[in-house]
Amino acid sequence: MMGAKMYETVYVGEEKLIGEIIKLTGDVAFIQVYENTSGLRPGEPVTATGRPLSVVLGPGLLGSVYDGVQRPLNRLGEISGGFIRRGIQVDPLDRGRRWRFIPSAKKGSEVGPGDVLGVVPETPLVETKIMVPPDIHPGKLLEIAPEGEYTVDDRVAVIETRSGRVEVGLSHIWPVRRGRPFKSRLNPEVPLTTGQRVLDTFFPMSKGGTACIPGAFGTGKTVTLHQLAKWSDAKVIFHIGCGERGNEESEVLTEFPHLVDPYSGRPLMERTVLVANTSNMPVAAREASIYTGGTMAEYFRDMGYDVLLVADSTSRWAEALREISGRLEEMPAEEGYPSYLASRLAEFYERAGRVVTLGNPERVGSVTLVGAVSPPGGDFTEPVTTHTMRFIRTFWALDANLAYTRHYPAINWINSYSAYVETVAKWWHENVSPEWASLRAEAYGLLQREADLLELVRLLGPEALPDEEKLILDVARMIREGFLQQSAYDEVDAYCPPKKQVKLLSLFVLFHKLAREALARGVPLKDIRSLPVIPKIIRAKYEIRNDALEELDRLAQTVREAFEHLELAPQISG
Amino acid sequence: MAVERGVEYTSITEVKGPLMVVGGVSGVSYDELVEVETSSGERRLGRVIEVGEGRAVVQIFEGTQGLGIEGTRARFLGRTLQIGVSTDMLGRIFDGLGRPLDGLPEPVAEEERDVNGEPINPERRDYPSDFIQTGISAIDGMNSLVRGQKLPIFSGAGLPHNMLAAQIARQATVPGKEEEFAVIFAAVGVQNDEARFFRQSLEESGAIIRSALFLNLADDPAIERIVTPRIALTLAEYLAFQQGYHVLVIITDMTNYAEALREISAAREEVPGRKGYPGYMYTDLASIYERAGRIRGLKGSLTQMPILSMPSDDITHPIPDLTGYITEGQIVLSRDLYRKGIYPPVNVLMSLSRLMGPGIISQKRTRPDHGDVSNQLYASYSRAVQLRSLAEIVGRSGLSETDLKYLEFGDLFEQRFLKQQYTENRTLDRTLEIAWDILSTLPEAELTKIKEEHIRKYYRPKV
Repeated sequence: MMGAKMYETVYVGEEKLIGEIIKLTGDVAFIQVYENTSGLRPGEPVTATGRPLSVVLGPGLLGSVYDGVQRPLNRLGEISGGFIRRGIQVDPLDRGRRWRFIPSAKKGSEVGPGDVLGVVPETPLVETKIMVPPDIHPGKLLEIAPEGEYTVDDRVAVIETRSGRVEVGLSHIWPVRRGRPFKSRLNPEVPLTTGQRVLDTFFPMSKGGTACIPGAFGTGKTVTLHQLAKWSDAKVIFHIGCGERGNEESEVLTEFPHLVDPYSGRPLMERTVLVANTSNMPVAAREASIYTGGTMAEYFRDMGYDVLLVADSTSRWAEALREISGRLEEMPAEEGYPSYLASRLAEFYERAGRVVTLGNPERVGSVTLVGAVSPPGGDFTEPVTTHTMRFIRTFWALDANLAYTRHYPAINWINSYSAYVETVAKWWHENVSPEWASLRAEAYGLLQREADLLELVRLLGPEALPDEEKLILDVARMIREGFLQQSAYDEVDAYCPPKKQVKLLSLFVLFHKLAREALARGVPLKDIRSLPVIPKIIRAKYEIRNDALEELDRLAQTVREAFEHLELAPQISG
Repeated sequence: MAVERGVEYTSITEVKGPLMVVGGVSGVSYDELVEVETSSGERRLGRVIEVGEGRAVVQIFEGTQGLGIEGTRARFLGRTLQIGVSTDMLGRIFDGLGRPLDGLPEPVAEEERDVNGEPINPERRDYPSDFIQTGISAIDGMNSLVRGQKLPIFSGAGLPHNMLAAQIARQATVPGKEEEFAVIFAAVGVQNDEARFFRQSLEESGAIIRSALFLNLADDPAIERIVTPRIALTLAEYLAFQQGYHVLVIITDMTNYAEALREISAAREEVPGRKGYPGYMYTDLASIYERAGRIRGLKGSLTQMPILSMPSDDITHPIPDLTGYITEGQIVLSRDLYRKGIYPPVNVLMSLSRLMGPGIISQKRTRPDHGDVSNQLYASYSRAVQLRSLAEIVGRSGLSETDLKYLEFGDLFEQRFLKQQYTENRTLDRTLEIAWDILSTLPEAELTKIKEEHIRKYYRPKV
């Protein structure tokens, strides 16, 4: 194949299966085919398109479900029913649909890459901004379409650039393997709140940050990622299912249209894009899927939105790399993975960031990346986990032993970490409560003390500890049950607003303080342990509704009263 | 299998392990079916797994024993491996390649289907949410099975996984629904006794007329094992998505399947992954397991219950490990419980049904307290197990009064909740009743996973 270029898209065979050139030697091109190759025989034609693997960006992305190479699965379903037949070509965006375009740029003005020309109110939640594509030279706006209805192929602007006249439509094309440019990077100081207590309070994530969530099977990676996709305060969510279960995609599709975004009250699907390349779909398309998703995410970032991209699971993506590398007979590095695994992972996570975008008006957008990792046998020392850990700043370690006891989310509070605790503290102080940082430190201290004490208990039994330390075990257990554990399937508990998190946490800290004082006054631990307020504190997370937070203040008052009564009670046991 | 016409070659250049290389071929396509005739006239089937530059690598399903470079003919049939499917196949017994074993004529095919199937479009899937009552407390109460789910049994050598699977096949019903169901059983490299056990169990319950059995036994060629589950699933897909049946597919033992996969990979001299299994084993297993599900607008469903024995009871071994990453949970059997005389010996702490939460609990498909009770049983039993090992070190005197109640709870849980008879079919209500009975031995303040309204209704401590 003379004249072919690396990463060029090609059509293979009579059925025109989509493929991409991944290696060139002499006049021989190696093509990875994004569809099943059964029945393909030597001698069939290959057509080059002259274009790298690209995605189409424009109105109509939101609410869509794509496969790894941006084919809309609902259109495939209309053509081939319940099963995916190969060799079907469909447009990523509906070309017949008309969108209302409202221009904002003025005819005759100077425009450059990233400048907003107008908007398309795509869903009630998200307004798609029509921007000058980043690869177009600056120039004079010769023509801008009046407000009206246009299809994605219609021209809405003409720009006179130094390389000639360029037409701009509602949509444009961008290669998936090239990150979209921006002006400059900003510090990740705004948290991405997720409504998940253990994440927001103990291991916070920031907008534009990176996180990974490794865990053996059954530890709840997928449920946690779904929770993030549901409840995060991002404007647009990308959920990439690469090499995972088909029923999980269907869960998202069944649930999201009925779930309401806690920030806007609209159905979640209006801000969500799914890329679904399940484990039984072609491996090569799995490799492409995270780039496909990443590029679309950057497109929304460029509009000035906060975008969250969750990838489930990056291990399956790495396995796709390994499989392709094996077929190319490349020299394998650790566990058969190619030697460029680390650099590919680094490239992917570097696409995260909070940035000032190109163009006017000035906008700040972010792409936050969260990748699930599925280490074989739950062993965190395997290559994908170890390499990923080098490129992420928040580490949510899932623990099989917690999952076995149905402590969900099974995030191990000793092994996990977040590099954003200090950077987001200011936001919590200003927007939620000035006590956040101190409460967090105090509660976290108790949990760490508990871990140490449990080592002792394992040798000596719980009765061997002094009362103050037994109390620490009790309170830590209350925090675990009443704060760290959170049910994804409970109407109230699934989402915990930041204010409730702080109020809940303060209950446990208050309880510990009062109990310690009571012990010091000589109240027996037995009496403290049998306080009827304890199960009330633990159940508060779901018994007290998210819109009735004043009840938490009343519960705090009940706690204080309970301890006052303890003091008044006659000391029979003494 | 009828003789078919096709391009015939005698230019065999190499035979190694289960593979045969044919030279000088042209027009051969990847995955094409090959009929091989040995010099003695015996016919075998194979599949093209590599093709290029005039040479094709063929994997022979029945093995290459007795195959020579001289005198062997290879006929390329111009199509991929297909199987004729029909509802008449119910009530019949076939070998691992789908040929009748019961002496009856080959059923008339209603349709020819490629055994590899096509991936279900995830966008077209219907989310599984019909609770299947298996009559087994450990499953119904804590790891509910749902129509369209793939829930494997992780077992070990000598554990009663076959009994459990047979009991499920016999008892499984969707409460309140009378619908057409079918059981497809694929034996992959299992012993004759095991296959006979299933057959008898299906005969006794009368379910045999709604069942099809595909048997690749331990002494059948290992390479055939690659195809047997696919043939079974092809029939299952036809019954479920074309004929509207609710199909339960039981495949035993997937460990033998994975070993056959490794054998082929080694013969092809591929770069091995963990423990010598090929790097693509995840994808390959997924192409089997992901064939379970429901499709929007279609009546039937395909539920899979693969059984695999964990080599040396190690759940981190690549076979159970990769399986667990694909399936929607797992039922893990425990040798310790089995030694204690508990049937079914389900290690509930390591077991999981992923579809229970989103499919059943949050959609309130069963009793409203089901989810809370399940969570509480998990939490309390796991605490009992922890305290048990602690009590071994520090003695019972080192434990508090509440801790001792937990120890008692642990025993009750195993003896009353888990343990049941092979013939005992418990309703979900009965399962939950037992659960509340044993939970009521714990102090009310310990039941923090259960909402107060349920406690008021069901908690009945003995005074």
